[in-house]
Amino acid sequence: MSVLQVENLSASYRKNKVLYDVNFDVQPGSLTGIVGPNGAGKSTLLKVMLNLHPALSGNVSFFGSTLAKTKSKVGYVPQRGSVDWDFPTNALDVVLMGLYGKVGWFKWPSKDDKELAMESLAQMGMTDYADRQISQLSGGQQQRVFLARALVQNADLYFMDEPLVGVDAATETAIMTTLKRLKSAGKTVMVVHHDLLTVEDYFDHVMLLNKTIIKYGKTEEVFTKKNVQRTYGGTLRWMKEA
Amino acid sequence: MSYEGWILLTASLVGLSCGIIGVFLILRKMVMMADAISHTVLLGIVTAYLITQELNGMPMLIGAIIAGLLTAVLVQWLHSLGVQQDASIGVVFTTLFAIGVILIATKTGNVHLDVQHALMGEITFVPWHTMDVPLIGEIPQATFILLIVLAIVLVMILAFYKEWKITTFDAALAASLGLPVMLMHYVFMTLVSITTVASFDAVGAIMVVAMLITPAAAAYLWTDRLSVMICLSALFGVISAISGYYIAVWIDTSISGSMAFATGIIFVISFIGSPNHGYFARYIRPVTIQD
Repeated sequence: MSVLQVENLSASYRKNKVLYDVNFDVQPGSLTGIVGPNGAGKSTLLKVMLNLHPALSGNVSFFGSTLAKTKSKVGYVPQRGSVDWDFPTNALDVVLMGLYGKVGWFKWPSKDDKELAMESLAQMGMTDYADRQISQLSGGQQQRVFLARALVQNADLYFMDEPLVGVDAATETAIMTTLKRLKSAGKTVMVVHHDLLTVEDYFDHVMLLNKTIIKYGKTEEVFTKKNVQRTYGGTLRWMKEA
Repeated sequence: MSYEGWILLTASLVGLSCGIIGVFLILRKMVMMADAISHTVLLGIVTAYLITQELNGMPMLIGAIIAGLLTAVLVQWLHSLGVQQDASIGVVFTTLFAIGVILIATKTGNVHLDVQHALMGEITFVPWHTMDVPLIGEIPQATFILLIVLAIVLVMILAFYKEWKITTFDAALAASLGLPVMLMHYVFMTLVSITTVASFDAVGAIMVVAMLITPAAAAYLWTDRLSVMICLSALFGVISAISGYYIAVWIDTSISGSMAFATGIIFVISFIGSPNHGYFARYIRPVTIQD
């Protein structure tokens, strides 16, 4: 059974079509990098699949079912810049938010929930920052908090929007270690990624996207000069020549 | 209770409700929506008056809720058609407010409902408009409505505290967890509407914006925790209301004006003196090392 199946998906912002004719099938346990030029619809694709942005057409199925029925199995890490880090709260609280869906209405997070959140922070090397107000964290630390929040959800399928943008080298390593650990635990991860130089090191699958899917498959088969140039419209200097 | 006691209680209730709601207005970056709704509820009140032919609490409250939601829906709709958010707020609220003003000027004649009163409020009249409530006895109508609204606001904020928190901080995550983000947006707009209309009689449409925004903005400077920010904002609201009243008595001037002025003073004190985010804090606090 495929983890995620997308058929004939299309979407627009106002009158501009940003995605059309998107079809793909994601195998369980894969770690996919979604790459493409600016405006290729990478973030939009995540949002449309998660119903955060309306689709014009198409069908998305999660674990052979609908998103509504499998929400607890799906985790989402929005772009770090999408939230206001001056919000009056601390790192532990942000991680706990990942559990709000499970905690349910009219209930508060329990002591066990707090322990789970602390464990996730520990996995991201953030134990010492649990009480820190989130605006006092560096960009890399904020991204680790976001990752910890995703981990605490214990989902089977993760979508991450540019988790490696603007982070320090130590955080990049910590995040990639975490992603690879998720993969070896049988989880499926899809990551919007911007750095072509690291694609081959980081991802076993790659999706080349420019408003529609140019190619999607195993990195060693798909991530070729020809395909990447098709995706970026031939304006790109291939890194191996440089 | 004495005449003065009723005024202080009424003003404090305004400070409490507005202080609590104001925190979420600021954190949701919807300050302009508060300004808009504080004006468009006038249309709701006038319409309710034209239908019932009396200035009664309940129909006014319902009219205000409808007007507030209408504002929120129209702003959202214009925005979705490609008009900028702040421009659509500006267009919607001035238009609806203007309709309210025209209706008052042409249809209501000599009733106790005029633009001056709607904008500035007149808390000095509040204790004379009483009603009989079982168990409580005789109580000014505006005070009673404020009590009910405060109860609704408290219950809604406390019961859905973590949902308000997550939809405010990260709406995308909240939606992906299955929370009804849009529904909560409209529920919140309803709370803003009823708070505004309940405060209307006491402080008027313009001053209610000061009571909604300034105590919350001041509280934001003092704390890094949401729950503390809510309590501080409510406290600042009450302090402004009470000190505003005494300032007005002292220099014999408009009560609602003095209350708004008091919120400004509290903000300035916070802006200068807050240990974390104040103007002088940067000279005292060691620089945080960013990695």
